[in-house]
Amino acid sequence: MAGKRMRPTFILIGLLVPLSVASLLIGAAGIGFADFGSDPHMSLIMTVSRLPRTVAVILTGAALAIAGVVMQQMVRNRFVEPGTTGTAESAAFGLLAVTIVAPASPIWVKMVVASLAAMAGTALFLRLIRRLPAREVLLVPVVGLILSGVLGAIVTFVGWQTDLLQLISIWLMTGEFSGVIAGRYELLWFAAGAAALAWFAADRFSILGLGRETTTSLGLNPDAVMRLGLVVVSVVTALVIVTVGMIPFVGLVVPNIVARRMGDNLRATLPVTAAGGATLVLTCDIVGRLVRFPYEVPVGTILGVVGSGLFLWLLYREPARG
Amino acid sequence: MICVEQLSHNVGKTPVLQNISLEIPKGKVTALVGPNGAGKSTLLSLIGRLMPLQTGRISVDGADIVQTPTRDLARMMAVLSQTNTLGSRLRVRELVGFGRWPHHQGRPTNEDEQLIAQALEALDLTTFGDRFLEELSGGQRQRAFIAMTLAQGADWLLLDEPLAALDMAFARRIMAQLAALREAGRSVVVVVHDINHAAAWADHVIAMKAGRIAAQGPPEAVCTSQVLGDIYDMELRVTQIEGKPLVLHHL
Repeated sequence: MAGKRMRPTFILIGLLVPLSVASLLIGAAGIGFADFGSDPHMSLIMTVSRLPRTVAVILTGAALAIAGVVMQQMVRNRFVEPGTTGTAESAAFGLLAVTIVAPASPIWVKMVVASLAAMAGTALFLRLIRRLPAREVLLVPVVGLILSGVLGAIVTFVGWQTDLLQLISIWLMTGEFSGVIAGRYELLWFAAGAAALAWFAADRFSILGLGRETTTSLGLNPDAVMRLGLVVVSVVTALVIVTVGMIPFVGLVVPNIVARRMGDNLRATLPVTAAGGATLVLTCDIVGRLVRFPYEVPVGTILGVVGSGLFLWLLYREPARG
Repeated sequence: MICVEQLSHNVGKTPVLQNISLEIPKGKVTALVGPNGAGKSTLLSLIGRLMPLQTGRISVDGADIVQTPTRDLARMMAVLSQTNTLGSRLRVRELVGFGRWPHHQGRPTNEDEQLIAQALEALDLTTFGDRFLEELSGGQRQRAFIAMTLAQGADWLLLDEPLAALDMAFARRIMAQLAALREAGRSVVVVVHDINHAAAWADHVIAMKAGRIAAQGPPEAVCTSQVLGDIYDMELRVTQIEGKPLVLHHL
């Protein structure tokens, strides 16, 4: 039984290994197996650029997929992810604010401010949807889209007024990994740490998905579990935005496919979700590096295309359900 | 014993419960009956601390439900609420397994596994264990939720309309199982719509109307044409079969 459930994880890890090797080898500077160890220039490219990039992609994909499934359990709705509920825009707003007020502040200050802003934005979303009629499952993602639209407009307006539009459109709104080098991606380990926290609380999130009443009758405080989820979702989203920018669809598509096949017992599904997110983002990043070689297409753009295709497939395969 | 003192509850400005005081006996099957909107579910949810208490006091075996940590309460009483809308895709065995959460906090022991298997068996769900809940019929799903509540192994079981969506055979079987729990020293409080299930299986019947207790006592005292006629505003006849009242409400 347990062995059977582990199979998807092994398959995905079996995919991730060759993909990672490909990711290490593909790029503007050609690297061959023969060069390893002999050419100091090559090992520099490896340790400063290729390896950090590959690690960053894997951490981002895994963390975003987990943030997505946690969010979905919190609001008991499959059609949301941090990128469509105002979390990402709030984090961007926090980052923009700290860039304007204290541009010289160290990166950890930016990270903390972005995380706090993401928490505030997500808390606002949770408050807004609490009054919605439970049966109207599609209202929840609609409210999320409206909220992220409004917050995104505020970010753009402030950016326009302060001449920071370039920062917003290139850095925050378009997720891509070409700027990742050693020393500029390590924050993502914290994002992965926050996602790992979700694994320890996996049962709590599964129980929360059964509703407030069942959660209470099983002796858990639903508000406490919600707060934990809020921290996981906000920290992951904010750190990914601070380091690589917004990456859409991972948190939506991967958990949906995993739930379809394996269900919502997170204790069993989280490793698969993490491996699936990493595989998806790594594949898209490699594709982005290859389509206009040696130039690059941002991974966010590739994911926009692949992700919306996958999402449409999901919608048509599965009737609207909470 | 569950002790309710001067309990009132409003939804908006509408009073749902009005100054209720009552005692629910330990080691018995207690049925809550009454017309729609009488406040039965609200009373059960408040006892099960699923809703915040507005005014009044409730204690379960001497433990005040506001002061006692919710985790301790989960080991004392298991609550099955009426709104089991399904948002999650879980297998039957996984759902029933969550009933043991208050005891193992994520690290199930062999004993937990045994109790889960027993609960599945009790509701004839063993063959459905690996099926997703959403693939089952309404009645089978209801049985899975009852199995989860049973697996919790608490002294008190609070069940809100467990017979909804069940066929006659399972309705009777579940009432018999609840009665068997009483023999094992546990206590059951159950909201039932079919008054005859209350009359046949309960030791104590509490009849509610418009947010107040209209009558309480043994089934023979409450299930009379006089008392029930007043509560439901209808004329009905009551006969006896095997010494139990039988309410002819459908004729």
